[in-house]
Amino acid sequence: MSVKLTEDMLKALPDSRGHFGAFGGRFVSETLMDSLMTLEREYLRLKEDPEFQATFDKDLADYVGRPSPLYFAERLTREAGGAQIWLKREDLNHTGAHKVNNTIGQALLASFLGKKRVIAETGAGQHGVATATVCARLGLECHVFMGSEDVKRQSLNVYRMKLLGATVHSVESGTKTLKDAMNDAMRDWVANVDDTFYIIGTVAGPHPYPLLVRDFQSVIGRELREQSVAQAGRLPDALVACVGGGSNAIGMFYPFLGDESVQLYGVEAGGLGIDSGQHAAPLCAGRPGVLHGNRTYLMEDENGQIAGTHSVSAGLDYPGVGPEHAWLKDIGRANYVSVTDEEALDGFRKLTRIEGIMPALESAHAVAYGLKLAATMDKDQVLVINVSGRGDKDIHTIAQLDGIEI
Amino acid sequence: MSRIEGVLKALKSQGRKALIPFVTAGDPHPDETVALMHALVAAGSDIIELGVPFSDPMADGPVIQLACERALKHGTSLRRVIAMVKEFRETDTETPVVLMGYLNPMEAMGYETFADAAADAGIDGILTVDLPPEEADEVAPLFAARNLDPIFLLAPTTTDERIRAISEHSSGYVYYVSIKGVTGSASIDVDEVARKVAHVHELTALPVGVGFGIRDAETAAAVGRVSDGVIVGSVLVDTIARHQTDPKALHQALTDLLNPMRKALDSLAQ
Repeated sequence: MSVKLTEDMLKALPDSRGHFGAFGGRFVSETLMDSLMTLEREYLRLKEDPEFQATFDKDLADYVGRPSPLYFAERLTREAGGAQIWLKREDLNHTGAHKVNNTIGQALLASFLGKKRVIAETGAGQHGVATATVCARLGLECHVFMGSEDVKRQSLNVYRMKLLGATVHSVESGTKTLKDAMNDAMRDWVANVDDTFYIIGTVAGPHPYPLLVRDFQSVIGRELREQSVAQAGRLPDALVACVGGGSNAIGMFYPFLGDESVQLYGVEAGGLGIDSGQHAAPLCAGRPGVLHGNRTYLMEDENGQIAGTHSVSAGLDYPGVGPEHAWLKDIGRANYVSVTDEEALDGFRKLTRIEGIMPALESAHAVAYGLKLAATMDKDQVLVINVSGRGDKDIHTIAQLDGIEI
Repeated sequence: MSRIEGVLKALKSQGRKALIPFVTAGDPHPDETVALMHALVAAGSDIIELGVPFSDPMADGPVIQLACERALKHGTSLRRVIAMVKEFRETDTETPVVLMGYLNPMEAMGYETFADAAADAGIDGILTVDLPPEEADEVAPLFAARNLDPIFLLAPTTTDERIRAISEHSSGYVYYVSIKGVTGSASIDVDEVARKVAHVHELTALPVGVGFGIRDAETAAAVGRVSDGVIVGSVLVDTIARHQTDPKALHQALTDLLNPMRKALDSLAQ
C-alpha cells in the first residue's frame, strides 16, 4: 500500500497530542507532563521566531560546517553496477556525525528557556559527544548517560566527552545499553525537572521530541533536494539511511515524503540475522507497544517485556524506533529492511577501500543495503546513501573483529 | 460503590487514614506473593498496591528496579500477577487491590483481555505510571465498564487545570507523588507536601493518597495528618530484598515496619 502525502497532510502530523496515526504520543509519568507541554509550547513559538531560526542556521553553517557535501561515488557505482550512488556526507560535520544538527537546535532551545543543566543519553557516543560539544560552547553543565556495555565498546567517545567537560554516567541497570541509558536519563530528568533540559538524541521519546528532532535534522533532506537537482540534474530515485531510533533517516526522508517518485529505504540492524532473534530491527520483526514515552514498533517478548537487542553497532542497538517511522511503515510510504552485522562490516570495508571514506558502523548498514539496491536499479537512476557518521570511533571494534590489538 | 471507595469511606467515617503498602509482585519469588499480601493485611494494611514488574521501570529508583529484575527472573508475567490476586481473593474478599505498573505489558496482553481478567480476579484499581489521562481514551471505557477504578498520579509539577482534569478521569483515589524524583530517591519536605495536598483537596472531592518518601512511622503520621492515606513502597521493597531467602523473617520484618506506621496513623484519629 502506498499513499500520496500532500503538504497539508504532512503539516498536520504529528497532531496536537503528538500522534503520527496510531503511533507517538506522550506516555510519561505525571511529573514530566508540565515540562513537556511547556517545551512543546515554547518550541512551536520559537519555530516561527526569525531570531531563533537565524541563530540555528548560522550555527549550522559556521560551527557545524554545513551544507554537508553530496558526493558522487564513481568507483562504488561501478562496483555495484547499477544506479548512480551518491553519498550525503554527514560524516564531515563537526564532531563527525549528523547528531550535532539536533544538539545545536536543542541546546539553543535550552538557552532560550533559561536552563543551565543539560542531560543526554547516548549509545555509540556520537550523540553524547555532540551534546558535550554544544554544552562546552554554550557554557552549560552536561551529564551524559551511557550503558556500561557501550562505555566499554566506545571508550574513545567516552574520553572525548570527558575532555569536553561532560560528566559521563555509566549505567549498570538492565541490558546496560542505550535503552537503559535512556531510562536513567528520564529518571534524572524527573528529579531535576526545574533546571534541566533533556536533549534526546533521536526521533523517539515523548511528544514533542520526535517533532523537534525531525525538524532539526530535516536540514539533511532540504540540502539534498537542492544538491541533487544541481549536481545530478534531478531528484533522487531512492534514499537509503540506517535506522536505530531513526533521526538521520527521518532528517533525510522528511523533505521528500510528498515526492512519490522518491523511494525511501530505512535499514535496521539485522545483527546475527532476523531469524536468530539477535538483532535490533523492530520495524522488520517487532510489534507495536509503548516505551520511552511513545507508541511505536518494539522488540518485546509475548508478555510485553522489552527484549535485549544485538548489533555490532552500538548506535543501532535499541529495541524501539521513532514513531514517525512506525507510521511511514504502516502507510507503506517507506520500506524498512535489515542487513546483518557481517553485511554491514562488508559495507564498511568496501566504502573504505573503494572510496577512501570510513563510515560509522551504523552508516555502514546503509552502505551495505545501498550497494545491493543499486545493483537492481538502472544506470541512469540516482540513489543517495546517508553517510550519517564517520568510522573513527569504531576502529577498535573492527580491529578486534580482525583479531588485531591496537 | 467500589471496594476501594467503600474502604476509604469507612476509614473516613472513623477519622482514620489508609495504610497502603506497595510491593512488586513476584519479588522475591512468585510463589511467595500471595502469602506476603496476607501478611501485609495482617500488619494493618487497608489497600494493597501490587506492582507489575516491567523490564524498563523508568519512574522507579534502583530499589524497585531490582525488585522488577528479581520478579522477571522468575517469569512473573502480568497474567501470573492477575492469577496471584485471584488466589488472594479466595480468602480475602475485603482488601482492595490496585495493580500498579507500566503500560506495555497491558498493551501486549490486549486491553480488553486484560480488563476482563483483572475484573474476574477481583482487582479493584489500575494505576498505570506512564499513562496520563490524555492517552487513556482506549482503556478508560474498558475499565469503567468493569468497575475497575482508574487511579492517576498527581505530581508537584501538576498545574491546577490538570489536577481538575485528572481528578475527573479518576475514581477510588488520586495518588499524589510527594517529590520530584523516582521512587525511593529523596526525603520529603513535609510542610511542602501538606501545603500542596491541602490545595489538591480544594480541587477534588476524591480521597488523596500520598506516596514517595514515606519510610517510617514519623513520616507516615506527618503525611497522614494532611492526606487520606499513605503509600509505602521502597522501604518495604528494600526490606524484601534484605530478607529474600527467609520468608519467615521477611514477614516479621514487614510486620515490624508496618505496625508502628499503623499505630502512628491511628493515633491521629484520637
